[in-house]
Amino acid sequence: MKYAWWPGCVARGATPELYTSTVAVLKRLNIEFEEMHDFSCTGAGVLQERNLKLADTLNVRNFAIAEKLGLPIMTVCSTCQGVMAQAHYRVMKDPAYLKEINGVIAEEGLEYKGTTVIKHLLWILTEEVGVDELKKHFTRNLSCISVAPFYGCYLLRPTNALGYDEKPEREAELDRVIEATGARFIDFAGKKKCCGFPILLINQQNSLKMVANHTGAAKDGGADAMVTPCPLCHLNLDGYQDKATKRNRPDHQKVSLPIIHFPQLVGLAMGIEPEDLGFQKHMVSTKDLLATVRSKATPVAR
Amino acid sequence: MQATVRVKRHNQELPATHGKFQEFSFDVPANTTVLDALIKIREEIDGTLAVRCSCRASICGSCGMRVNGQARLACKTKITDVSKDGAPVTVEPMGNMPVIKDLVTDMTLFWDKVRQVEPYLQPSGPEPKGEYIASDESMTHLVGVMNCIMCGACVSDCTALEVDKNFIAPAALAKAYRFVADPRDGAAKQRLAKLNEYGGVWDCTRCYYCVEVCPKDVAPMDRIMKLRDLAMEAGYNNTPGSRHTRSFARSVKKGGLLNETMLAVESTGLFNIPGQLAQAPIGIKSFIKGKLPNPLGHKIPARKRIKRVFEKVEAERK
Ligand code: SF4
Ligand code: SF4
Ligand code: FES
Repeated sequence: MKYAWWPGCVARGATPELYTSTVAVLKRLNIEFEEMHDFSCTGAGVLQERNLKLADTLNVRNFAIAEKLGLPIMTVCSTCQGVMAQAHYRVMKDPAYLKEINGVIAEEGLEYKGTTVIKHLLWILTEEVGVDELKKHFTRNLSCISVAPFYGCYLLRPTNALGYDEKPEREAELDRVIEATGARFIDFAGKKKCCGFPILLINQQNSLKMVANHTGAAKDGGADAMVTPCPLCHLNLDGYQDKATKRNRPDHQKVSLPIIHFPQLVGLAMGIEPEDLGFQKHMVSTKDLLATVRSKATPVAR
Repeated sequence: MQATVRVKRHNQELPATHGKFQEFSFDVPANTTVLDALIKIREEIDGTLAVRCSCRASICGSCGMRVNGQARLACKTKITDVSKDGAPVTVEPMGNMPVIKDLVTDMTLFWDKVRQVEPYLQPSGPEPKGEYIASDESMTHLVGVMNCIMCGACVSDCTALEVDKNFIAPAALAKAYRFVADPRDGAAKQRLAKLNEYGGVWDCTRCYYCVEVCPKDVAPMDRIMKLRDLAMEAGYNNTPGSRHTRSFARSVKKGGLLNETMLAVESTGLFNIPGQLAQAPIGIKSFIKGKLPNPLGHKIPARKRIKRVFEKVEAERK
C-alpha cells in the first residue's frame, strides 16, 4: 500500500500535531507514503466561490501529478477530501470540461485521464486496512474514556460526490473507529453539523455559537474528548472553545473538552506515547485526558 | 413488508404522548412512501395525527419533514430508501421553524424570508410593446433554480440559520439569485447591495446541508456562491467575507498555498484595530504552543506554474 500524501496547509501550519500523529500511525501500519510537495492548495471551497473553473483546474493538476506517479491520493483533512472529491465528480461527469482543463495544464506536460483515487486517512483505515486488521495493532484499550465524533461537513456532504451511493457505511466510519478503540462512544446530534470555521473570520459571533453548541452538547452527553478527521474543525473547536463557551454557555463556564485529531486517537490506541502524537500542542489542555489514559487504560486482551 | 415508524408527537391536548416518539408497526406494500405510511396511521390507527400534504407527487412542497434526522419530502421518500431490513424510521417535524401540531410546522419565517428578497421581476427602462424577450441561453441555466417548490427542507436543516434567525437562509437566497441572474431584471445591483449585508450571502457556512436535502436539486449553496462572486464583481468588497475570499485567492496565486496568518489579518481588515486586537490573544497562545503559521506563508516549488494557471483561467473569464 503506497499513497501520494497531501497533508494540506493546516497540518503543516496551525496543527503540526496532525502531521506528526499521521506519520506515527502510518509507520505502525507499514503504509508507505510520498509527500506531495508540488500539489497546490485545493481551494478549500473559498477559491471555488471566486472562480470555480480555476479551483477545478488546480485540483485536476494535483490529480494528474498523482496519476503520473501511479499513486492514490491520501488526505488527512475533511475539507481537502471533500473539495477534491467534488472537483473530481464535476470533471468526470463532463468530458468536455475536463478537456478544457487539460488544455490549461498541458503547458506543464500534464494530462488527467481520470484514474486517481482520493481517500481520507479515515477511509484508508476502515476500507483498505479494515477495522478488524486495525484492531490487531491496538495495544491500549481506551475503555476508560468517552469520546464523541465530529465529522466535518466536507466528509459528509454532498453525498453523491463523496461516493456514499456505493459506500453508505461512510456515514458512520468515525463512530466505528471510536468503538474499535474500546472508548465509550458518545453520540450527539451536532456530530454532522458545521463547526463554524468557514465563517470564523466573517461572522465570528455565529461561528462561536456553533463551537459552543457542539462542544457543550458533547460534554453534557458525557464526553471526555471529541475526535475529528478535519483540522479546520479542530482549529475552531479547540482554538476558540474557551472564548465560545464562556460567551455562549448559560453558566458562562468553559467546557474544557479536548479536541483530538483522528490519527491521535488511533495512535493512542496503538500505544504510541502521547508526546509523539503532539498532544502537548493543543489549546484546550489534554492533561486530564492523558492522565486518565495513563493510569486507567488496560492492555488489549488477546 | 413490515414497517415501523416512530413519530414525534406534538400536541398539548394529548399530554400522554406530547413531546415523545410514538411507535407504529404495520404491514405495507414494498413501494410504500413515508407519507403513505403516515396517512395509513392517521386513517386506520390514530386519527389525531397531524400531517400536511396535498399532491403526493413532490410537486406542492407541503410534506416537508425530517426523516431519520434529515429533511425530506415524505411523499418522495420510500420506506425502503431509509430503512434497512425493517429498521424503524424516525419522523419528526422540520427544524428551525416552530411546530404547530405533530408534523406540521409554521412556515411564517420561511415566507417572510422569501418576501424579503422581493421575489418578482423588477425590469428597468421603458416598457416594451409586447412581452420582455430573453434568449434561451440566458434563461436555461436558471431552470434548475426555478424548480424550487418552496418546501422548506433546506431552511429546516440550515446550520447558519440554527444559530442566527437573521440569516436570509438558502431558499430565499436561491430565489434572489434567480432574479439577480435574470437578464430582464433591472435591479440586480440594488439586490446585490442588500444581499451583501449582515444576514446575507456571507453568513452561509458552506455546510452543504441545503444542497444535500433539497428534493429538487436547486443546490441553494451553489447559488449563494455565485451571488458572492457577483457581489464582488459588482464592487461590493468592503466586507469581511469579500476580503477573506480575495485574500485567500491572492495567497494561493502567490505561493500555491494558503497564508493563514495574512488571511486572518486581511479578513478582519488591516485597519480594523479592535478586530485585530480581538484576534491577538489566540494568536499569542498559538505562538506559545509553537503553532503560529509562518506569517510569510508557505510556498511550493511549483508556485510559478500555479501562477500561470491563475493567469490563464482568470484571463479566460474576462
Ligand atoms: S450551505 Fe449555507 S445556506 Fe446551505 S444549509 Fe449550509 S449554511 Fe445554510
Ligand atoms: S430550494 Fe429545494 S429544499 Fe429549499 S425550498 Fe426550494 S425545493 Fe425545497
Ligand atoms: S405532498 Fe406535495 S410535495 Fe409531498
